[in-house]
Amino acid sequence: MTDAAQARIAELVQRSDVLLFMKGSPLFPQCGFSSRAVAILQHLGVEFDSVDVLQDQEVRQGIKAFSDWPTIPQLYVKGEFVGGSDIMMEMYESGELSQLLAEQGATPAA
Amino acid sequence: MPMAADDIRALIVAGIPDARVEITDLAGDGDHYSARVVSKSFSGLSRVKQHQAVYAALGGRMGGVLHALQLTTAAE
Repeated sequence: MTDAAQARIAELVQRSDVLLFMKGSPLFPQCGFSSRAVAILQHLGVEFDSVDVLQDQEVRQGIKAFSDWPTIPQLYVKGEFVGGSDIMMEMYESGELSQLLAEQGATPAA
Repeated sequence: MPMAADDIRALIVAGIPDARVEITDLAGDGDHYSARVVSKSFSGLSRVKQHQAVYAALGGRMGGVLHALQLTTAAE
């Protein structure tokens, strides 16, 4: 991964309280796992930003090294990597995800 | 090329010797799996670290030949 890519990703994850790296957009997810991640965040009613890695090859490759995580989607909250869609689902079901978002002061969706 | 469930299990156990691994072929097509991996070595690790240990055992195949592996992990 280039230093430029790493710097860009570091800036992206700092800029948004809740950021989902995904394939496609929340309205048109291009992969079942991304779709599931979006559904979880929407169900929890939090505002989030997303980055479509299909539109950005540098981020698509770079995010895997940045997070040491081989797959998309990836959720970041307040600049910290939370996990992929399986971990999101597990944390959603146990209530940990809504707790984490509340603790981190995530904004309720309008 | 898809991977056989036994190959996935063998790789995970090679990397995490005490792991108990349950694999389900979700779609019956040898390409969409779920795996549950339980190991003493996960004790005290975050979920992210537990998953990273499994991905390390899979040696870079995750996200490549193995595109759809739903994973849950737990400490023994």
